[in-house]
Amino acid sequence: MSNTKLARRAGTGRTGDQVFSGAALGAGVLIVAILFAVAMFLVIQALPTFTAPRSESTGGEGFFAYIFPIVIGTLIAAMIALIIATPIGVAVALFISHYAPRSLAKGMGYVVDLLAAIPSVIYGAWGASFLASSLKGPYQWLAENLGWIPIFAGPASGTGKTILTAGIVLAVMVLPIIASLTREIFLQAPMLHQEAALALGATRWEMIRMAVLPFARGGIISAVMLGLGRALGETLAVALVLSSGPLIASWIRSGNQTIAAEIALNFPEAFGLRMHELIAAGLVLFLITLLVNVVARWIISRHKEFSGAN
Amino acid sequence: MSKRIDVSDLHVYYGDFLAVEDVNITLDAKSVTAFIGPSGCGKSTFLRTLNRMHEVIPGARVEGKVLLDGDNLYSDGVDPVTVRSQIGMVFQRPNPFPTMSIRDNVLAGVKLNSRRISKSDADALVESSLSSANLWNEVKDRLDKPGSGLSGGQQQRLCIARAIAVSPDVILMDEPCSALDPISTLAIEDLINELKDQYTVVIVTHNMQQAARVSDKTAFFNIAGTGKPGKLIEFAETATIFNNPGEKSTEDYVSGRFG
Repeated sequence: MSNTKLARRAGTGRTGDQVFSGAALGAGVLIVAILFAVAMFLVIQALPTFTAPRSESTGGEGFFAYIFPIVIGTLIAAMIALIIATPIGVAVALFISHYAPRSLAKGMGYVVDLLAAIPSVIYGAWGASFLASSLKGPYQWLAENLGWIPIFAGPASGTGKTILTAGIVLAVMVLPIIASLTREIFLQAPMLHQEAALALGATRWEMIRMAVLPFARGGIISAVMLGLGRALGETLAVALVLSSGPLIASWIRSGNQTIAAEIALNFPEAFGLRMHELIAAGLVLFLITLLVNVVARWIISRHKEFSGAN
Repeated sequence: MSKRIDVSDLHVYYGDFLAVEDVNITLDAKSVTAFIGPSGCGKSTFLRTLNRMHEVIPGARVEGKVLLDGDNLYSDGVDPVTVRSQIGMVFQRPNPFPTMSIRDNVLAGVKLNSRRISKSDADALVESSLSSANLWNEVKDRLDKPGSGLSGGQQQRLCIARAIAVSPDVILMDEPCSALDPISTLAIEDLINELKDQYTVVIVTHNMQQAARVSDKTAFFNIAGTGKPGKLIEFAETATIFNNPGEKSTEDYVSGRFG
């Protein structure tokens, strides 16, 4: 003990550090382990589907012929939801962060957060009982006037329970996610750069375009991807709202189906190969979400040099 | 393109709080005016009223007149956006837009309000603005790289280039060197000396040597105590302020007895 002054003092030990780093490491390992376990479960349970003879699958033409239409249906519903929800969500967030007077902004922020907390079954019930029937008229109009566009081809559904209605319900569900996440990002946009833009003679909208939106770009993409995750995986609302059927191009006729709703509606009675088939459908959904996230990461990282993080 | 600023009976408020009281001052065209004073005395706040940046803060407002060659910036119907495009500003911390290249940063103000500019005109403007900011030789080979990759001093000169690219009448500088090292500071001070041939320059500084080096006239602001409004104590030729000030508090401040 030649250098006692610099030796560790008793009582000021590193226990806290060690506990915390252990807990953090444990949490990190756990999340990877869970993800791996889920993936393994899906793969193992799905395997029999791929080895079974084609004629035994639902529809009798093999798993891929079965899954392809509902993958497309899932993507269409999610795409409709994002096309509607992204611009509105970003606009709501911008209004709250940069346009509304402070008192109003606070109230609106609460309302948006509240919307995100409403259970999906309520959205589903609202979509099925109210929205679908009120959209019958507009669908009729679309079929008559824009029917030459394949997605609006008639005859319009008599119940309004179509993929477009499901997409609109999903949009309402995804909207608060996008709005509240992007609002947080917009509020963090550096004042320094906003003032720089204003001092150059920018109007408020120009300032937002120069100093807020570029800063928030990655955040907006992340928020949209989270919204997409919810739209892809949403089960109950779609199951309640959509009167499902085979894949068709028209958005205003009954038909189409999404993976999540397909699994939910059929799983309780499924056994044997049918169950493996539905789990395989889950695996496909899992892969789609994974792919979406990878693409989102790639889009964000492509502009790293200009991201403002350096 | 250089204009005079006459300020009369100006009171500056944050909500109900009077931050700066009753300023009367004339800032000459084609000269450098320095604002000095202790922290919190309202010199930056006052500077921001000269291009209507003060009111960006919620609740902030102004009473009184600021005349730019006779036109009141605060009369009804004056658009702050137009005011700011004629009175440029350089901030304490360099703030080039991180998502834009060096070239786009210089052109940022020029492209506002949907103005179009041909590529050759843009190229010429980028070169002349960066040259005026003494930055051209350092960045001419990397105009497409992000502005945030430059050193702090270079970034601040880029901000000056961005401000002069819109050919303003006045350039306001809010402690432009306080985040920079001595060499970069020297570069900015040299630049200020060149800028006054064309522009009215107003600079807030904490560094009294800097005020003495760069300015023609100096205004000393002071504050009686916390919660009291800041006031313009004395305004005179820089040499007078530093060698033969008329007020006791000015003498105390410039001789380093307080602040």
